[in-house]
Amino acid sequence: MSDQAYTARPWILLSPALGAVTFLLAVPVLFIIIYSFWLRSAAGAEIPGFFLDNWKEVFSDAFYRDILFSTLRIAVITTVFCALLGYVPAYFVAMSQTQFKALLLLLLILPFWISYIIRTMSWINILGASGALNRTLIYFGLIAEPVQFLYNEGAVILGLVHFLLPFMVLNVFVSIDGIDRNLLDASRSLGASGFQSFREVTLPLSLPGLAAGGLLCFVLSAGTYITPLILGGPRDAMFANLVFEAIITQLNWPLGSALSIVLLVVLGAIVTVYNRLAGLGQIAKSFG
Amino acid sequence: MSGWSLIRLYTIAVYLFLFLPVAAVVLLSFNSSQFGSFPMEGLSLRWFVRLWENDAIVRAFRVSILLGALTAVISTVTGILAAIALVRYRFPGKGAVTTLLIAPLLIPEVVLAVALLLFLRWLHLPKSFALLVLGHVIFTLPFVVLVVQARLVAIKPEYEEAALSLGANPVQTFFAVTLPLLLPAVLAGMLFAFTMSFDDITGTMFWKPGGVETVPTQIFAMLRNSISPEINALGTVMIAFTILLPLLGMAIARKMAVHRR
Repeated sequence: MSDQAYTARPWILLSPALGAVTFLLAVPVLFIIIYSFWLRSAAGAEIPGFFLDNWKEVFSDAFYRDILFSTLRIAVITTVFCALLGYVPAYFVAMSQTQFKALLLLLLILPFWISYIIRTMSWINILGASGALNRTLIYFGLIAEPVQFLYNEGAVILGLVHFLLPFMVLNVFVSIDGIDRNLLDASRSLGASGFQSFREVTLPLSLPGLAAGGLLCFVLSAGTYITPLILGGPRDAMFANLVFEAIITQLNWPLGSALSIVLLVVLGAIVTVYNRLAGLGQIAKSFG
Repeated sequence: MSGWSLIRLYTIAVYLFLFLPVAAVVLLSFNSSQFGSFPMEGLSLRWFVRLWENDAIVRAFRVSILLGALTAVISTVTGILAAIALVRYRFPGKGAVTTLLIAPLLIPEVVLAVALLLFLRWLHLPKSFALLVLGHVIFTLPFVVLVVQARLVAIKPEYEEAALSLGANPVQTFFAVTLPLLLPAVLAGMLFAFTMSFDDITGTMFWKPGGVETVPTQIFAMLRNSISPEINALGTVMIAFTILLPLLGMAIARKMAVHRR
């Protein structure tokens, strides 16, 4: 085997994957940047060139800015709820010493396999006008008429939390499970109470998992448009809904490109800041 | 009440939150009532029969299964080759390559969908089934690379070096040594890719040609009317499908691991 063949080999092995990422991702993303400067004529034809019209519209129209902010707000609220709901079960499963640990872990992973759209629409059975919640409240005489729990921002956040919670739980679980138990024993033998040893040892060491789970929850919720379409009302559109509207409904591809880039840059900035602070390696750990 | 039992109670509540709505879907799919809602009036399989008789749904299942299978095979083969290069070889620019391969994970799927769709339009390629496959490959690829990479790191290179020193060529070594050891990760990666593809709706709504529906987009279209018992039945079939398949895969992987010992 010649030296040259040896140095070429990794590139040969990588070529299908790199080809796919280059032509299905990198080049298309560069392409939408170009496309965002094109213009769409009133007749619906695209005019290639360098026009700033789309960008002027995106930056000057308060409509887009408001929806961007409300999308980020929904993503933050979703992430906080995922952290609040997810940390304790992850801690419980990681620390439990019963023979059911494997089963409990399997149950944590199971929701990943259940279809996103099924889990989202399942809330209609619970919150809908003839859903379980309304039926129960009417049965107990607490309300006379069904209450509309669906089609508002709260329902969207609920659906997102339900969808993203397993991402949080799994990431926190991986980081708590990886903590050397001797550290906990050491802190206890040095006189820390159970809660002190949690606060001084477990919690700080689990923060990378919490941050990784938080990043995933944030990015995935900020990029969704299906949940608002199913559980939200007409006024609960998120930023990705604008992209979908522009591209699929209005066929205004240049505007859709500009909106996609806004989403990409905003979320990309957040991922970059996270990468600087924590490194993306933590997320990969969940796959080990 | 001690702290630990509070934690246990909290955990049970979160598990209920995760599973109760899904359980309601399964329960309602067996409801004989003609409305897709509570109360349960009686058990019946009629909605499953109705599904089977619905051509649009059967067609959507065929599309989804074919799409998932193609995605799984292409993604896994591509991902294994890349993972081997990343784990077993040293070369300049490795960090950049790793980042590039993980990039589809970091880019919002909506943006990925728009970019790929517009690029192919610019090339004058109409929306097609092939576009769906390509799209699904690109967003499942990073997961396969990560899963296979994690496993490959744990396999000692000494085994491969032994085979090479005994005169096997690299291709023989791969098929006789590396691949058998890697098989659990290969299966896991394929299942991962299949279920992700089978579940996907975010990108699929952008890429699917007119008239082609996958199971999730079919459910989405049906939701536009109202929730019907048929949707619950379809949901139940999908839950069974996407849960049983990974469980089966895990069981096979475990059996093989025991066998090998």
